[in-house]
Amino acid sequence: MLSPYGMLSRYGMISPYGNQNRYAPDMSAKSKKGTHILPLKLYLGVGIALLVLTATTVTIAQIPLGPYNLVVAMCIATIKALLVAFFFMHLWFDNKFYLVIFGTAIAFLGIFIMLTMFDTMRRGDIYQEVAKPFQPEAVIYEKATPDTTTSHDTTGVIPSEHK
Amino acid sequence: MTIHPPTYRWELLDHYSDATQQRESAKLGMWIFLLTEILFFGGLFCAYAIYRASNPDIFFNAHKALDLHLGTFNTVVLICSSVTMAVAIRSIQLDRIKAGIGFLTATLGLAAVFLVVKFFEYSHKFHLGQLPGKYYTYTGIKGTNPHLFFSVYFSMTGLHALHVIAGMIAISWMIYRASRKHFSARYYTPVELTGMYWHLVDMVWIFLFPLLYLVG
Repeated sequence: MLSPYGMLSRYGMISPYGNQNRYAPDMSAKSKKGTHILPLKLYLGVGIALLVLTATTVTIAQIPLGPYNLVVAMCIATIKALLVAFFFMHLWFDNKFYLVIFGTAIAFLGIFIMLTMFDTMRRGDIYQEVAKPFQPEAVIYEKATPDTTTSHDTTGVIPSEHK
Repeated sequence: MTIHPPTYRWELLDHYSDATQQRESAKLGMWIFLLTEILFFGGLFCAYAIYRASNPDIFFNAHKALDLHLGTFNTVVLICSSVTMAVAIRSIQLDRIKAGIGFLTATLGLAAVFLVVKFFEYSHKFHLGQLPGKYYTYTGIKGTNPHLFFSVYFSMTGLHALHVIAGMIAISWMIYRASRKHFSARYYTPVELTGMYWHLVDMVWIFLFPLLYLVG
């Protein structure tokens, strides 16, 4: 929480600087707001970490782990994305309100995909799914190649057998 | 340090109390825009999840049709371009404008490399008939409806490629403005916002690469 003085100065009611200094970004080291110039080594280090993680995820993907391949790949991708957000996009050092906005985006994306997946993965539990009858007019690629005898095997096949 | 009044009007607009407040407001707006971008791509990630959940075999068989080497190369290119972008902003923060323009140009070049590789991948798939929906004519992938994978592939990478092009336009504009001496250690907000956009493009690719090329 900002002090009353801090709020007044932030929203321009009073100026903590002289009239001239209002043109300058707050560069003092102790200031929590203002510019924060990060060392070059940090950027290079994060870049190398991202390359190493890329090599790791490519290597692990060659080992068949069943469903855990997806889990491992997503965990590594999340670590990489957080490295980019926190250091390249300065989320770690900037005003923490930006972190709230970023978190909101991720949270709502999570809700969106998770609720959709509840429906997609559990649909068969409630009622028995039956194969749908063949409806040629409903299959868009049927019209493009009306002669099904000469085209290849995937044309005109509706997914009646799945599930 | 000596403070000079701003050279350009936009360095401190009248309705801001000081430069820090102006800069933080601009970044706040950019973060809200990035939030909409995350949700924009989120729709496609959700479509990917639905199609993959109902056709896991197709996604596994069809992802082998993608070239893993080119995909990995493009990932490395985008990560390097993110590093050059971050270093470009740092250079301008330190008033090294020429170095900043150099790193921005490097970022632009790496983005172009990414698009050239993407062009060769796309033209190869167009040639083989690995196309979305009713245009799919390839016969080398087992399973029912393998065109589903390519519908998802072209939607996601196509939208990402459009973002790369938009990023390249923004970076070119920043190079032009930096060469006109619009930026300095005192004022560099547009470069910083362009950098944030570019890092988001990189972040989206970080998720696209394993989902499409690695685990199919």
